[in-house]
Amino acid sequence: MSTAAANLQLQDAVFVMIAIVTTGAALGVVFLRNIVHNALCLVLTFLGVAAVYFQLNAGFIGLVQILVYAGAISVLIIFAIMLVMDKEINQTNLPIPSLGRRIAGVYITALLVITLVLAIYFTAWPLATGAGAPFDAVGMLAELMLGDYVIAFEAAAVLLLVAVVGAVILAKGVEKQ
Amino acid sequence: MLTDYATIGVFFLLTVSFPIAAMALSWIFRPKPKAAPDDEKYTTYECGVDTRGKTWIRFRVNYFLFALVFLAFDVETVFLYPWAVKFQKLGFFAFAEMIVFIAILVVALWYAWKEGALEWH
Repeated sequence: MSTAAANLQLQDAVFVMIAIVTTGAALGVVFLRNIVHNALCLVLTFLGVAAVYFQLNAGFIGLVQILVYAGAISVLIIFAIMLVMDKEINQTNLPIPSLGRRIAGVYITALLVITLVLAIYFTAWPLATGAGAPFDAVGMLAELMLGDYVIAFEAAAVLLLVAVVGAVILAKGVEKQ
Repeated sequence: MLTDYATIGVFFLLTVSFPIAAMALSWIFRPKPKAAPDDEKYTTYECGVDTRGKTWIRFRVNYFLFALVFLAFDVETVFLYPWAVKFQKLGFFAFAEMIVFIAILVVALWYAWKEGALEWH
């Protein structure tokens, strides 16, 4: 067996492992009864998606996925759960018994699946030509970010400053003069 | 490329096996109790004050401010990362740029601090 073929099989094996963990965690998000466990499963799903990005050599996007989704977004979700929880914890994500809602859910899921399958079926999937992804993508990003686009970079800092100030004002209110 | 991440895989295996090995070793070397452990042994804290009520409770809304401030500084980390990777090649100008970037965010931290967002009520 050639090295390339062996490498391909290794890639497939890694992908299957990532896919099993990610899909299992996503099922956990839907089916577990305790909403905190749902949130933790969601974190695992985000990490699985990040692993897929890493496998596709999109390391920086995978890192952003971990920092922003598995870090920030899930912290927001877990805080929201902690702050509004008013039921028994193992009763927080019960299946809804109403038949109408189940039919609506099945209908929407079927629409989504049909759309996705048709979209996949009718796409040509040509092989990519030209140079592959740059090896040192993060380094190129750093050079662009701190070189040509430095104004936008500093503007992002100002945007974050505004976000913090806005969050503090929204949460605590403005002091009366 | 995938072999680069094999290093991370090795680290992952080590981090998983390390606590298992530590606990297994202490299990091997510890003195084995002769009698069966009583209820006191099974409490979470053998000494100290027992918790009262349930632990799955609603939390104070003040904590949400911590989450929001964390969010902003978490996004800041995304910008720090490429700079840190390329730090040695980028030179002094990039360093100065990053100092300006962090200085702007220190203003945010100062404001949150001034408004008492970081205080524990």
